[in-house]
Order: sequence, then C-alpha cells, then structure tokens
Amino acid sequence: MSLESQLLQYLFAGLTLGSIYALIALGFVTIYNVTGIVNFAQGDFAMLGALITVTLYQRTGLFNRVITVDLQLPLPLAIVVAVILTTLIGVVLYVLAIRPARGASVISLIIITIGLSIALRGLGLIIWWTDPYPLPVFTPGPPIEIAGAVLTRQNVWVIGTMLAIVIGLYLFFEHTLLGKALRACAVNRDAARLMGIKADQMALFSFALGAAVSAIAGIVITPSTFMAYDSGTLLSLKGFVAAIMGGLTNAPLAVVGGLLLGLVEAFGAGLLSSAYKDAFAFLTMFVLLLVWASGLFGRRLVEA
Amino acid sequence: MAPLLEVHNVHVYYGRIQALRGVSLEVHEGEIVALIGANGAGKTTLLRAISGLLYPREGDIRFQGRSIRGLFPEQIVALGISHVPERRQLFTTMSVLDNLILGAYYRYRQGEDRAAIRDDLEMVFSTFPILKERQQQRAGTLSGGQQQMLAIGRALMARPRLLLLDEPSLGLAPLLVRELFRVIAHLRDRGMTVLLVEQNARAALRVADRGYVLDTGSIALSGTAQSLADNAEVQRTYLGQLRQAM
Repeated sequence: MSLESQLLQYLFAGLTLGSIYALIALGFVTIYNVTGIVNFAQGDFAMLGALITVTLYQRTGLFNRVITVDLQLPLPLAIVVAVILTTLIGVVLYVLAIRPARGASVISLIIITIGLSIALRGLGLIIWWTDPYPLPVFTPGPPIEIAGAVLTRQNVWVIGTMLAIVIGLYLFFEHTLLGKALRACAVNRDAARLMGIKADQMALFSFALGAAVSAIAGIVITPSTFMAYDSGTLLSLKGFVAAIMGGLTNAPLAVVGGLLLGLVEAFGAGLLSSAYKDAFAFLTMFVLLLVWASGLFGRRLVEA
Repeated sequence: MAPLLEVHNVHVYYGRIQALRGVSLEVHEGEIVALIGANGAGKTTLLRAISGLLYPREGDIRFQGRSIRGLFPEQIVALGISHVPERRQLFTTMSVLDNLILGAYYRYRQGEDRAAIRDDLEMVFSTFPILKERQQQRAGTLSGGQQQMLAIGRALMARPRLLLLDEPSLGLAPLLVRELFRVIAHLRDRGMTVLLVEQNARAALRVADRGYVLDTGSIALSGTAQSLADNAEVQRTYLGQLRQAM
C-alpha cells in the first residue's frame, strides 16, 4: 500500500469514527442548550440502542442466559423499535431522575447524569453480561475502492447517517415551530415561558432527541466495532470532547469537532501507535481545555 | 365594572428578603396605568408576579375575575396577559420574524387559524414598519429602539387583553422615547389595556390615565395621572428633573 492510499485509508477511518463522535456531540449540545445540563449518559444511550437492536434482531440470552429473547425481527424494524425504546428510556430517566431535581444547581444535575450513566452501565451488565455483540452490516457487498484505499459499505452508512441527521436537525431547528421553541428556550428561558413555551416540556423533548440521536449512532457503528455494556462510557467522553470544541452550544462546530477528533484518532493510531488511540482523544481534550477554556471555537464564556 | 386585573395584598419574597409588602392595585379595561417608583421599589417584581414568573407568598391576583396566582407563565399568557420584560429579553440569535412567530406560540399550539395569526403579524408590521424591513435580520443586531419595538410586537402577537410593559424607555434616545409613548397611546386607542412600569415618571404620567407610586415594596400613593403629576411629593421625588429642566 502506498503512503497516499494509506493516508486516505486513515482519512476514511477517521471520518467514520468522527461521524459517531459528531452524533454523540450533537446530543450533548442539544440537551445543554435547552437545559444547561451536560448529560454524561449520552453514550450509554448509544449502547442501549445497539444492544436493544441486537436483542430484537437475533436470538439473545439475557440476564446471564436466564431469559432468551427470540423475536428475530427484520433488521430495519429492530432498529426502529430500538430507537423508539431508547428514546422512551431517555424520557423516563428525565422524568424520574432529572425533573425532580429541577432548581438544583447545574453541577448537581450533571452529577445526576453521571449517576445515570453508571446505573445504565450496571443495568447493561446485568441484562447483556460482558459479551461484545455484533450486528450484520446493513448492506452486504464488496467495499468501495478509491485510490488504493478501502471504504466499507458500513462506513458509507455511518457517514451518510451522520449527514442525514445533521441535515434533519438543521431543518427541524430552523424551520419548525417546535424547533424554534427549543432554540428560544436555549436563548432565554424566562422569555420563552412568557410566550407560552413550556420550558419543562422542551427540556424533556431535548432529552428524547438526545437519546434518539445517540441510539442511532450506537446502532450504525455496531456492525464495525461491536458493542458491549460498557462501550457507552468512552463514547460519552469522546462525544463530550467533540462538543466542547464547539463551546458546548454550537451544533455545527460540535460536528466539526467530532470529525476532527475522529481524524486525530485515526491518524494518531495509524502513524504513531494504535495502542494510544484513546490517549490521543484525551490528549486533545486536555490541550483544548488548557488552551481554550471555553472551547476551540467558542466564545470565552467560562463560568466562575 | 369589575377590574380587568386585580392585585390584592401581594407579598413576594426573594429567599428571606421581602420585595413586595402587601401591594394592591387595579387595572380596568382600556386603561393605561402607570406604576412609578425608584430603582428597587419592586416594580419589576410586581410584573413578574402577575405574569407568573414569581410566586406571591401571600395575597391574590385576579384576571377577568379569576384567580391566576400560582399559575405558570405559559398558562397566564394564554389567558391574555403579555409581559414585555425589562431589557426586552429577545431571542437575540433568532430572526426578527422568528421572534414574532414565537410570540404567537401558544396560539399555534392551540390550533388557532393561521390566517388570524398572519393578520396580527401584518398589524404588527404596520405599527412597526421597521420590523417588516428587518424581518430576516437577527434580533440581536437591531438598535435599542428597534429591539424595544420588536419586544412589544412579539408580545402583541399573543393577542393579549392586558400588556405589561417593564421600563420600555430604558436606554432609548429622547426622540425614540417620544415615539414609543406615541405607540403605547395608539395601542390604548385600539382598545389595549396597559400596565406600564417606568422610571421615566414624567413621560409615563403623561400617557397614563391613572398611576400608582411604589416605594420600597408597597404602594405609597395612587390616583389619576394628572393628580399624581401635580402632587408635590411626587414632583419632588420622581419628577425632580422636570423642575431642573425648567
């Protein structure tokens, strides 16, 4: 393999990984904008989405093989149901864990989300045990070859899904009344309430949206990387790194942040050492937090 | 006739600090009522209590004969009270048009006829032609005066029966202040009821029918706008600049 095609290969890998981080980051930004909460359970929704899909799609033993689920739904149906279920779980968690703490400091609420993340991981462990689960690629077939580099069909699915969701969210936030109401809550919560916008409903909706987007991200990446009960943690952290590159409030920049992070990881792993793949991501975060406390592109808005 | 708005013995606290100590006032249909007082007297607090952003620990607030104490702001706006908050509180990163559309949010959600909302949008544009010109511009890029017009226009999109205006003249050039009060009078002529909070007591009393003077959390004086403007105490405390100017 020539150096050029190798670099191109890293580029493909980076964009694929980066697409996932971008989606998780979008969840962070959506929820943060509307509620001021950094939801560290974001990645765990990805895990739930993927593992629920697996359970619906193939014969799966749950609770240490005590229960066997043998629905064998067709993959598209399994995906839709899993996304809906994960979204509902997001809503229920909001209602049970976040809403009762309304009025508590933002730090307390963030700690609650960390607790939720730990709880979801524990639940995942009890239900699915420690096995990593695969999903079949969505459309089997030979990969696409470009200049000696290989782009698998699933990579195309991942990048395409990310683009579709970004465009969908853009249209939603810019061109629908509900989307505008969510943005209004983000800009000025009190003023939004004076317009009759139920801020609490919007907060709930943002959690639903965040959970759905994460679930989709988790599902599309599983055919290439597998998913286990604890995979959500790393996804949360990397999505968070991507989100802070956009100052946590800017969705387009969070997407750019996600892609950049994916590229840093892929090139770092390819050119230096794959053993430190995750370290590159966190080194990036470390440097970012050190140098640009309010995010790479964000305004200098640091809470005291 | 029963008053449109009736505030009865309202007490509001911020934590342990009491901001309103038994305030009572009335606003009748078709009136402009001015609420004047020094900084920190509790004027903004009273408006926030009426629109539901604050909860009165004691007392009652009745609108059209029905108690609205304890309702949420998103319910109160649907009953017909629009609050134009202090310093406008626009959705600054959104377009002028989006701000106006969100003003009618609860009407869209209640499935009200879109044509009626569109008519009101045209009405706002005819009252404030500059907003029509700038409708695609971000609200945050407007001048102070234009932002105030937008804040009032946004509130009108809810088709209120009672408009609460908090310091609309704040930070505006004298020429714009005159324009603003002309608009407020114009709204009243079209049947709007207005409760106007102002530090610019002179301008407020000129446009108002009646007024109340709020002093450290309670009503110190009330009467017709003319009688308040003529009152020696009011002149000394709140219209001081009038004499200096003359």
